[in-house]
Amino acid sequence: MTSRTRPLSPHLQVYRLPMLALMSISHRATGVVLAIGSVLLAYWLASAAYGPTAYATAAAVIGSPIGYLVLFGFTVALYYHLCNGIRHLVWDAGWGFEIPQAYKSGYIVLVATAALTVVTWAIGLSI
Amino acid sequence: MSLRTALGRVRGHGSAKTGTQQGAMQRLTALALVPLCLWLVIALVSHVGASYETMHAWLASPCTTSLLLVLLAAGTVHAQLGLQMVMDDYVHGCAKTWTMIAIKFATTLVCVYAAVSVLRAAFAGV
Repeated sequence: MTSRTRPLSPHLQVYRLPMLALMSISHRATGVVLAIGSVLLAYWLASAAYGPTAYATAAAVIGSPIGYLVLFGFTVALYYHLCNGIRHLVWDAGWGFEIPQAYKSGYIVLVATAALTVVTWAIGLSI
Repeated sequence: MSLRTALGRVRGHGSAKTGTQQGAMQRLTALALVPLCLWLVIALVSHVGASYETMHAWLASPCTTSLLLVLLAAGTVHAQLGLQMVMDDYVHGCAKTWTMIAIKFATTLVCVYAAVSVLRAAFAGV
């Protein structure tokens, strides 16, 4: 029995996700990243409790090029999750459900994430 | 026969009957974490390159200690609920049970370790 080639439903591997879907999965991804990042925060806080030597080691680890790269990643993840989280809270309150509004708030989140990250690092590096 | 109205029975119980509390806690902790995370980032950035003594004095101030402890508690609850949501969608059966146990143990341990560190820095002196 021959079967006609029927149109298949969009599959993740070939389907280009729309921006809103990408932002949705990014919210989860950054959330998981931040949960892992909390280990670094705990390590840094513990180093301050252990004493000057441990603190100096932690400061050197975090202050290394790789440390800065990781820290930059966490900054982006934090600001994205924070801004998009506020967007979710606004949705929970019942506002902004229309598709054009969702796109608009999405762009606001992306711009705010970039702006906050740049401002934070500009200030941090200038001190 | 129950004399409760249909609305009274379902109020506070979504279609899944339970879990409303988790959703509410997720939002409540999110609301708390917005100012707390902004505060932490501003505080950390303003202490870039600070000496151990300066950092320690900042950690030991009652305001910092309190805010950090609240942040750790809210962050841990938020992370546990969020990670559980992800597990609910992508991991199933026995694997989910063990993954969730591992996540609960790990997040709790990290939270307590960080909280004890904060308290030790606050009370043990430089």
